[in-house]
Amino acid sequence: MESNSIVMQIVQQCVNGIMLGSIYALLALGYTMVYGIIRLINFAHGDIFMVGAYVCFFAITTFHLPFFAALIVAMILSAALGVLIEKIAYKPLRNAPRIAVLISAIGVSLLLEYGGVALLTAQPRFFPPALGEVIFDIGGIIINGPQIIILAVSVVLMIALTYVIKFTTVGKAMRAVSFDAEAASLMGINPNRIISATFAIGSALAAAAGGLIGAYYNSIDPLMGVMPGIKAFVAAVLGGIGIMPGAMLGGVILGVVESFVSGFWSSTYRDVVAFAILIIILIVKPAGLLGKYRGEKV
Amino acid sequence: MKSKKLICLVAVVAMLTSLLSGCGQQSANDSNVIKIGVNMEMTGGAATYGTAAVDGLKLAVKEVNAKGGINGKKVELVIVDNKSDAAESTNAITKLITDDKVCAVFGPATTSAVLAEIQVSEDNKVPILAPLATGAIVTVDKGAVRPFAFRACFIDPFQGKVLAEFLKKDLAVKNVAMLVDNSSDYSKGIAAVITEDLAKSGVTVVANEAYLQKDQDFKATLTKIKAKNPQALVVPGYAEEAAKIVKQARELGITCPIVGADGWDSPILVEVAGAKNMNNTYFTNHYSSQDPDPAVRKFVEDFKAEYNGKEPSFAAAISYDGAYLLFDAIKRAGSADPEKITAALANTKDLQLMMGKLSMDANHNPLKSAVIIEYKDGKQSMKTKIQPN
Repeated sequence: MESNSIVMQIVQQCVNGIMLGSIYALLALGYTMVYGIIRLINFAHGDIFMVGAYVCFFAITTFHLPFFAALIVAMILSAALGVLIEKIAYKPLRNAPRIAVLISAIGVSLLLEYGGVALLTAQPRFFPPALGEVIFDIGGIIINGPQIIILAVSVVLMIALTYVIKFTTVGKAMRAVSFDAEAASLMGINPNRIISATFAIGSALAAAAGGLIGAYYNSIDPLMGVMPGIKAFVAAVLGGIGIMPGAMLGGVILGVVESFVSGFWSSTYRDVVAFAILIIILIVKPAGLLGKYRGEKV
Repeated sequence: MKSKKLICLVAVVAMLTSLLSGCGQQSANDSNVIKIGVNMEMTGGAATYGTAAVDGLKLAVKEVNAKGGINGKKVELVIVDNKSDAAESTNAITKLITDDKVCAVFGPATTSAVLAEIQVSEDNKVPILAPLATGAIVTVDKGAVRPFAFRACFIDPFQGKVLAEFLKKDLAVKNVAMLVDNSSDYSKGIAAVITEDLAKSGVTVVANEAYLQKDQDFKATLTKIKAKNPQALVVPGYAEEAAKIVKQARELGITCPIVGADGWDSPILVEVAGAKNMNNTYFTNHYSSQDPDPAVRKFVEDFKAEYNGKEPSFAAAISYDGAYLLFDAIKRAGSADPEKITAALANTKDLQLMMGKLSMDANHNPLKSAVIIEYKDGKQSMKTKIQPN
């Protein structure tokens, strides 16, 4: 088939979109999990993603760890950072109005971004292509090796996470706290512990995404988390915030839509469409594609 | 009461200062040297450019003094550090003009720091020569030429002309695709000039696409561009995004030449895109240290000898030529009178400098040669030099 035919273009744009979407999905998982447990939109999530990328970078370049070992180090350290942030910035506001916690989250986000600029300079750094540089050309459709790894890791993490939440004691406790923190504490669950665990897992996921994306695009900088963070948030809302498969679905849909807008209309309208989707979803189906609307608990 | 005392004190100090500077003026007029003020970013964020510029300038001054100076007078530099800060830049030029009585001010490096000194230079009618500031607003404000502001480098849109020339003559393309950084005036300005120049000579733009700074993924746009089969891809953006664009374009099988402007001049380009992917890519720049021209070779050797083998950066090279531009104006002015020097700077025509011929246009922007740099296996090499027409 002629490699530039419209059919080929559509298939290639689907591939581009699914790959881009799997990155959004990976980040959206962390957002949606934290929201699902404590009803907080953790705006610092995109910046923990950045911290994870930097930890991974230094583990590889300074300490010469292999990539996946570096990724695990980054996940552990970022998990600790996530727990610390929760203890300092969110826990004292547990009984404050929700807007106060949200503002605190934005503050943490800015602190990480510009603290990063101050410590590490705004200059982008070169991240070695640790995922290899294999390219598959299937009848003119081009797929990268690293893209497949990212997609696979996203799917595996999503399944693991669903398992943890559905079938383990911690997961059951998480759902209990999410349902009613006070009743859960009467049943002998320590909500603070469970919330810490939630932040630890969410932050570890963000760090994994950071390391993978650093290795895929080969450059990292302190503001790298801003745009993906916002897009992942859109993806999480699109799929239904608080719902694991929703994050995955939302991410992939957003990625494909962006690719089609850039590919068949104009790249200038890509972000316009992405955010228009957010607004439309919030108006038409506030609970997201997979969400069921539940009245606010009183 | 306390505040009144303070006001008195300030007034007294101010009077004393003006008296002192009055004394300074007399001695300056008597002296047998030409004092050039240097307001430069010696520390702070832009110090890389500032210190390199001063290196180039000092070498030029050393050479001219060794040959007996200008009109029999030695050149003396008075260097003030503006700490890469706009407010400090204003203070620096005020000191240079009122205390040191310089006849012209060289610098600063960045556009914002230059803008901060223009008012003082106009009030005192002392010319400024900015070696590296590329913002159009440095010499032209709201359509009016600033009478005392000049620069020694070409401005960004000029690179569009050079690139259009290169695409037509050297690459001989019939059509191009444009991929422009929509969040940067620099990128949009260059793209507008290229599009205009190419249209005049019948080269068509088959795709006109845009991206934003910090974008990571360009595959959707590049897939669209690939389908149009352009003979060249023009990416007049900064290195961080250009690197990812080149890499992803090559991965998608876009093999045509990819060209850009001086925003590409960063090691991150080859690191991120990979040496192999960078083959068949070109960008414009002010200068290449590999230029085989004898004048450039001599400058590179002299510079290395002066600074322990350090390779001269483009900032040092432009400042070196900028210094000779100023020397020439002072020489033609026949005196160290700032207003005569201003008139002479504006009338510079076909001045032979290290990098080539330079003429000052009506907007106080120099018309000078530019070089095209090619990436070959991850190394920069000079492809060609393009003279303005």
